[in-house]
Amino acid sequence: MKLKADRATLMKALAHVQNVVEKRNTIPILANVLLAVKEGRLSIAATDLEIALIETVAASTSRDGAITVPAATLYEIVRRQPEHAEIELDHPGGDAPLALRAGRYATKLVAISTDEFPKLDAGKLSHKFNISAHALRGLIDKTRFAISTEETRYYLNGIYLHAAEHEGQPVLRAVATDGHRLARVQETLPEGAAGMPGVIVPRKTVGELRKLLEEITDDVEIALSETRIQFTISTMKLTSKLIDGTFPDYNRVIPVGNDKILRVGTKDFSDAVARVSAISSERHKPVKLSVGRDLLVLSATSPEQGTASEELDSDHVAYESTPIEIGFQARYLNDVTEQVGNEVEFVFADGSAPTLVRDAADPSAIFVLMPMRV
Amino acid sequence: MQALCRDCDRALAAPAGSCPHCGGHRIVAHEQLFELAIAHVDCDAFYASVEKAYRPELRDRPVIVGGGTRGVVAACCYIARLSGVRSAMPMFKALKLCPDAVVIRPDMARYAEAARAVRALMAPLTPLVQPLSIDEAVLDLSGTQALHNAPPAAVLSRFARAVERDIGITISVGLAPNRLLAKLAAERDKPRGFYVFGAEAAAILAPEPVGLLPGIGPAMQRTLAARGITRLGQLAGLSSREAMRLCGPDGPHLAARARGEDSRPVDPRRITKSISAEMTFETDLRDLAKLEAYLWPLCEKLGRRLRAEGFAALGLTLKLKTSDFSSFTRAIKLANPTMLPDLIFSAAQPVLKREIGASSFRLIGIGASHLVSERLADQGDLADTQTPRLVARQTAIDDLRARFGPGAIGKGRALRPAKPSAV
Repeated sequence: MKLKADRATLMKALAHVQNVVEKRNTIPILANVLLAVKEGRLSIAATDLEIALIETVAASTSRDGAITVPAATLYEIVRRQPEHAEIELDHPGGDAPLALRAGRYATKLVAISTDEFPKLDAGKLSHKFNISAHALRGLIDKTRFAISTEETRYYLNGIYLHAAEHEGQPVLRAVATDGHRLARVQETLPEGAAGMPGVIVPRKTVGELRKLLEEITDDVEIALSETRIQFTISTMKLTSKLIDGTFPDYNRVIPVGNDKILRVGTKDFSDAVARVSAISSERHKPVKLSVGRDLLVLSATSPEQGTASEELDSDHVAYESTPIEIGFQARYLNDVTEQVGNEVEFVFADGSAPTLVRDAADPSAIFVLMPMRV
Repeated sequence: MQALCRDCDRALAAPAGSCPHCGGHRIVAHEQLFELAIAHVDCDAFYASVEKAYRPELRDRPVIVGGGTRGVVAACCYIARLSGVRSAMPMFKALKLCPDAVVIRPDMARYAEAARAVRALMAPLTPLVQPLSIDEAVLDLSGTQALHNAPPAAVLSRFARAVERDIGITISVGLAPNRLLAKLAAERDKPRGFYVFGAEAAAILAPEPVGLLPGIGPAMQRTLAARGITRLGQLAGLSSREAMRLCGPDGPHLAARARGEDSRPVDPRRITKSISAEMTFETDLRDLAKLEAYLWPLCEKLGRRLRAEGFAALGLTLKLKTSDFSSFTRAIKLANPTMLPDLIFSAAQPVLKREIGASSFRLIGIGASHLVSERLADQGDLADTQTPRLVARQTAIDDLRARFGPGAIGKGRALRPAKPSAV
């Protein structure tokens, strides 16, 4: 294998795959990155057996071949080269080390043959569709905060992505819940996604995917089966196992009979929550909302530190139903309000029932919050 | 010197060999006897004493409460102790030392009832009663002299005789200026004792080994011994700086305790921090299915105890003891507080499963931690609509058992194990 590539290109790809490399290092070769040259193209790959990332990189290649070297070391060496350096990688084959040259710098890295490197085969993927990076970012950003970290209910440790119907229209839906809050976001169902199996995309995959989507404006291709999902994002291909479990029937917990609607400016509200909850030393920081006609009073008490309250009047609040008192964890309120635009809408049933929250201007995303006793 | 006759509760003008009023010989005397107000009350050989009170014919026999040849001694009476039997000793060893002992399987319901009776007698003494375990409590009698028209020492002496008369068991009382010294005092004159620690406590404790202090276990003893400290007096003599240098951040606190200082108040609110149930097997087990069969009744028992105490658990601890007697625990975090046996089992089972393989086990236990109020228990959540149904089912099971006995209804998986061998 022999090639030349410029430092910036190489470093960017290495930074991407670096994240995927197994951190705990239970299997030594998983700390390595796979470099392969074939048909004039360089590909860089890493896997932790759950997720695999392959990135194709522009390079001028002169000999095919493949080898693996420690990802962290290679990244560090490339990173330390001068900005516009051209880097040459040369591996003659067999057990020889990988030679890296850049200007007058030269190194030989101990390399392990690709035989031991896990095969990154996604198997047969039954469904394939395209979605804009912007839409995919939205599905992720508005749900990932609700992903559970609980071990016992492992099937909640990801985003449930599935095809559904909303008011007669087919939609691609993302749902996440940790039992205390639930987020449901949807997009028009892309062509090719009809009939796809519902899949649970693991939290780590969601995190890596989101990083890769950062600078992307094009469409992302998603291909999936019941056990694997693959995202093709420009020159990158992220393949992941899916969580093998059944996501609970979330439709049963989305309240339908709630009728008390509170509208409040999102920033006014979240600032008030932060100010009021600052008094509480408890982990959950309960905040009580007392809602009356065009009036919202937020309050919190701490047995050690005292009390705090803040009023939002008709300049900020619209409410016409019967008065209600209800409590929530401050963090849950803030996590949800971060996902909505200028005005947030709470739809209550009573002080102890799950509450529906949504962006007053965008009904495609809904959130459900479990109240807590205050 | 202040003195009191423990047979008639009268104050005596001076310490004497016998009471001039009733002729009793149980005289307690101390410089501060009528001023001290913190008492530690500990029932003597509690389980064994309750059994003897229940079966008077056993009064003069050595009695061991515990189970099976593989179990351990849960309690032993003072006659059995003469042969060298001690609590927590393996049963086979106890029976070797005391072959004619009467071995009784523990009857927790009976002990719980006796404990409630003892606590009922404490209630009129002071509102500040803090139960520490089934057979121990600490009482703050400060300011009760006018109420009882008697100093705390006399009130406690009367209480001790009331327990003997009404419940048929004996207690030991430690009276001191604080909780730590009261506990140490109660241990000093067992059984049927009454010991007082006042200002002289530090001097009396100085030659004692550091292990006497609650909180200094074998590991800390080794650490201290390595630094040349084996007696409480040495620990007490350390300045805060020296103590911190020698024993780490807890050092100054340990030194203060070695001097007999303790500022913990008596807190009558329940302070239960954990509730647990465990069982030793007749033969060592390594098979998951068999271990699960023992785990299930323990989960049921734990659920019952949580309900009885008004708690729900946010955490669990699985305890296992291997055949070479080394024990270890695994902590489990729960998403929502529970007292349901099914949820306790389903959280503990995968953790147990991970431990299967290398070793065989002689004991399994399950404990509840991070306790919260029962009001928060088993409410289900957005991802769990099953739990409220489980609650309804458990309530039905409990009702049936309350009416027709514990064997009236049970889960299929409860049918597999042999009878538990010990508690």
